[in-house]
Amino acid sequence: MRGAYRLNSGGRLDRDRPLEFTFNGRIYSGYVGDTLASALLANGVRLVGRSFKYHRPRGIVGSGSEEPNALVQLGKNPRTSPNQIATQIELYDGLSASSVNCWPSVKFDIRSLTGMFSSLLPPGFYYKTFMWPRFLWGLYELILRRSGGYGVAPDMKDPDRYDKINAHCDVLIVGSGPAGLSAAVEAGRTGARVILVDEQAEFGGSILNANENYHKSHGMNWVSSILDELKLMPEVTLLPRSTAFGYYDHNFVGVLERVTDHSSISDGLSPRQRIWRVRAKEVVLATGSIERPLVFQNNDRPGVMLASSVSAYINRYAVKLGSSAVVFTNNDSAYSSVLDLLSSGVDVAGVIDPRPKPNGTLPNIVRSHGVPIFDSSVIVDVKGSKNIRAVELMNIDYDSKKIYGKSHKLRCDLVAVSGGWNPTVHLHSQSGGTLRYDVSKSCFVPGINSQNEQSVGSCNGTFDLKECIDDGIKAGSRAAYATGFGVGEWSENTACTDFQTEDPLCPMWKVPSSGNESKWTKQFVDFQTDTSSSDIYIAAREGYESIQHVKRYTTLGMGNDQGKLGNINGIGILADALGQDISDIGTTTFRPNYTPISYGALAGPDKGILFDPVRKTAIHEWHEAAGAKFENVGQWKRPWFYPRGREFMEEAVERECLAVRESVGVLDASTLGKIDIKGPNATDFLERVYTNSWRKLQVGQCRYGLMLGEDGMVMDDGVTAKLEDDHYLMHTTSSGAGNVMNWLELWLQTEWPDLNVYLTSVTDQWATIQINGPNSRNLLSKICEGIDLTNDAFPYMAVRRGVVAGVQARIFRVSFVGELSYEINVNADYGLHLWESVIGAGKNYGITPFGTEAMHLLRAEKGYVIVGQDTDGSMTPSDLGMNWIITKRKDDFLGKRSLSREDSIRTDRKQLVGLITEDPSTVIPEGSQVISSSSGSVPVPMLGHITSSYMSPTLGHSIALGFVEGGHSKLGEKVYVSINDSKVISAFISNPVFYDPQGKRQDV
Amino acid sequence: MSEIPTAKSSIEKELNSIPTFNTLNESSVFISEKRFKDHINLRLDISDDGNVDALGNILGVEVPIEPNTVNINGEVSVLWLGPDEWLILTTECYPNSMLDRLSKGLIGKVASIVDMSGGQTVINLDGPNSMNLLAKGCTLDLHPRVFGDGKCAQTIIAKTGVIIRKIDNSPSYDLIVRRSYADYLVLWIKDAAREYGLSLAK
Repeated sequence: MRGAYRLNSGGRLDRDRPLEFTFNGRIYSGYVGDTLASALLANGVRLVGRSFKYHRPRGIVGSGSEEPNALVQLGKNPRTSPNQIATQIELYDGLSASSVNCWPSVKFDIRSLTGMFSSLLPPGFYYKTFMWPRFLWGLYELILRRSGGYGVAPDMKDPDRYDKINAHCDVLIVGSGPAGLSAAVEAGRTGARVILVDEQAEFGGSILNANENYHKSHGMNWVSSILDELKLMPEVTLLPRSTAFGYYDHNFVGVLERVTDHSSISDGLSPRQRIWRVRAKEVVLATGSIERPLVFQNNDRPGVMLASSVSAYINRYAVKLGSSAVVFTNNDSAYSSVLDLLSSGVDVAGVIDPRPKPNGTLPNIVRSHGVPIFDSSVIVDVKGSKNIRAVELMNIDYDSKKIYGKSHKLRCDLVAVSGGWNPTVHLHSQSGGTLRYDVSKSCFVPGINSQNEQSVGSCNGTFDLKECIDDGIKAGSRAAYATGFGVGEWSENTACTDFQTEDPLCPMWKVPSSGNESKWTKQFVDFQTDTSSSDIYIAAREGYESIQHVKRYTTLGMGNDQGKLGNINGIGILADALGQDISDIGTTTFRPNYTPISYGALAGPDKGILFDPVRKTAIHEWHEAAGAKFENVGQWKRPWFYPRGREFMEEAVERECLAVRESVGVLDASTLGKIDIKGPNATDFLERVYTNSWRKLQVGQCRYGLMLGEDGMVMDDGVTAKLEDDHYLMHTTSSGAGNVMNWLELWLQTEWPDLNVYLTSVTDQWATIQINGPNSRNLLSKICEGIDLTNDAFPYMAVRRGVVAGVQARIFRVSFVGELSYEINVNADYGLHLWESVIGAGKNYGITPFGTEAMHLLRAEKGYVIVGQDTDGSMTPSDLGMNWIITKRKDDFLGKRSLSREDSIRTDRKQLVGLITEDPSTVIPEGSQVISSSSGSVPVPMLGHITSSYMSPTLGHSIALGFVEGGHSKLGEKVYVSINDSKVISAFISNPVFYDPQGKRQDV
Repeated sequence: MSEIPTAKSSIEKELNSIPTFNTLNESSVFISEKRFKDHINLRLDISDDGNVDALGNILGVEVPIEPNTVNINGEVSVLWLGPDEWLILTTECYPNSMLDRLSKGLIGKVASIVDMSGGQTVINLDGPNSMNLLAKGCTLDLHPRVFGDGKCAQTIIAKTGVIIRKIDNSPSYDLIVRRSYADYLVLWIKDAAREYGLSLAK
């Protein structure tokens, strides 16, 4: 079945490939080549949706991105998408769509009753009405939210894939109509890299919709010949189904390619949509123009359509749109639609034209077909609701623009309207280009460019076909030449040489009406938001003068079509209401995106495991096999703890901690940041970046350092080892490594060019394995060659080179857990081998791999802070009780000056303390606030907060680190930690070093 | 005391999950890991002519002065990373340890010679779609007119710091990536290549 309103022949349809689809639950058929809109019209479906505010019945008005009414819910969960534009949906087999914004059905929508009270719903209605009583706002909001919005979002995970790609070209051409194709082939012939994008499935732009001859043959033959040539050019990329949605700085243009949206079957390999991030040296905009509707009473009835769309549905989609039509136009272009209507077998009851005696080429042809032309006339009303029965005409005085005389009716079921053309200047405007109002053409056209861009064809206000092609050819050649291709000359226009004579358009932003303009609530300017001409008059009367304010007050252009049809008429009406010139009103801002873009496309592949890099150490797979739970540290995955059997986290961590204190534990510390520092000024460099002194450090020794920002606050810490006189290895925190490297390079390159020092990040080069605990020396001695491990020969805070498990190694005798510890570094390619060797050699000692949680607990017992956990960028070394690390006699180091700021030396600053709870088994939640009393009125003064808190298995009671105002002078005092409004934990302030304060255990 | 250990690749496991095709799949991108003997990050001031000569003698090839280019002599490749920084790669066929030769040859010079052999690896992508694949994650213009043979660049691909080196016009690219990121980068490549197909090169 081909659809009752399908013409027997013609159109760009593949009639051998019928398709079946459902709309609002009913099954229809169409062809490959149809859009959902054309297929619906071919099946006689005129009513496709309801309007936003009054829920008036609405039909298809346009044939492309400008369509305001035919928004549908497309597809089924999880692939359902709301607010899809039916005129842009390519039909595919099994497509299913439904109307949005109507309930219970599009034919009977209960909220259409609001339309009967439209005079009570002026602009600003919400603000004016729902202001009082204030306490009812919650109820109002609930109801308003339900009545707003189009369609529903899917509530399941999106099963499709989305892609992004970067592209570079010499010339990007947007739009493949007569001008765009001419530009593309001209630029392509020079050998320049050209990308041609068009939002439609087929290239050709306006040619697809027209029935025009180019040099005696149909325009599409010309299109085919150009495409054949373009396809043979290796440097030309053709992107159909691709919308240039945004034009940004530096000729960066976003393009959305709909890769598989038009197909019912996904191969699971191709993405559904792809965003092209195009950098073009030159851009040629050939985006065409959008016909303006005319604004008259009941101009929103299903069956009132743009004249150009009427032609499109006839010529491209072979749809018979009605039985009797009238054409209402203020310009010559719509007369071609009369001829198209006649050719499709539709009777044309008349052309209504406000101009006296139109006498251009096309009107005269229409006249010769015997179609009556009602000149000096306008439509003042449309009769009918879901279908049109008739239109009512009146005469108009061309000069005074006043209607007069008696009205009479003309029976019809289709009204084709044309109020002139609006160049599609969206991308030009987004690029920063200005707009200028062209009085002779009655439209805004591109003014001054701000980027390497040119507009050609009807988007530049050039409506004559020959001129469009001429300009396209020149633009293509110029753009290529500007990028170094071609010789700056262009070929001749052989496609079209005919000029048509035209009478000037009669500007008409709305059809004049009798009486008070603010009473005409059914003269629709913006169909999607139900903004009528009266709304704009009321806004002007209420003092709104800026079009930006009027837009927001009346919701003109606030729909997802962004007012592609209605905005310019609205601007014209405002000019009339204010008695100003339209060029003084200006336009609203043309913002990206030109048409809506799915969130999926914006996210692209950056989701799930690809959301952010996951960094793994050389030993990662061993941890995985051992059943480790992992913790994110920056981008790293670090073993958190290694549960055995059904151990809970607390049990595993306790076991791991005790193993370190009693025998030996092993930690993968490969994530520690490592920076190789080399050069004759290496020591001078360290003197400047650390607070302490490095001059007396001997080769083979290590020293702990604290790095401050310029504000004097602690930014990083770690141990640095002196390998040679001019060679150090700096350790940084795992998550701070990248920042520290950039910070140090910044100083070297911009402030200290006098220092001869080279920095190289070697974090990934070395796998770092820490063995900790009383048995670590015994263990190491089993696998280490060439190093005397005795305490005298290899003391605490020393570094040695040797061979461990057959591999060249650097061994640092440093400890973060307060035990006899060795940190072994080997080339990461051998990291796993070393780890396995250590595990093997440690069997007799019950060696226990431990994770970050046990490490954190063990260091907290020692009172060592973790930069980034205990500190938050607002702590000085003094706040940490680390005045000992600041070498006063040093001339300078980063942050030194800030340490003497008045605020830095306050005695009531928050200072690092330990906290021991009164009840030894209570563990304070980290982040809790410390207060001074257990009761009292709120707000309670905050003394500080808890940064680390654990149950210490070694000590048998809980421990916490925190920052308390003036804490260093409050040792032994009792404070309270607020848990909730009714619960506090009492604790005593203590020294933060809970375990082995003399440090005897690490120095054996 | 212990057996001689073998160097372990950071991406072997991930690569081994990629199928190999015997017949040439036209659209497929071919992936492989290239093992080099030496990866050396070299910093040296070459405003001193003596340094340039000494370096040229050791390497057997002049260090590239033009930004983002590679000089090659047999088994030794030298990649420009900065006005005083280069990456030196030697293939497994290179008989000596370049690290030793540089360390000894540049004694007394102000230089930083850092072994990176365990800290980074090289992923090769080959095939007609390899440029398109890289374009999905790389904002640089990789067109042969701009990024031809013998070019290299330090950039970001899929949020990962990478040195890209153009090998030839098949096109074929080496991606030099830090060990810890390599596994993620392979995962990203597998996803990005889905529409072309991905094969493990043998």
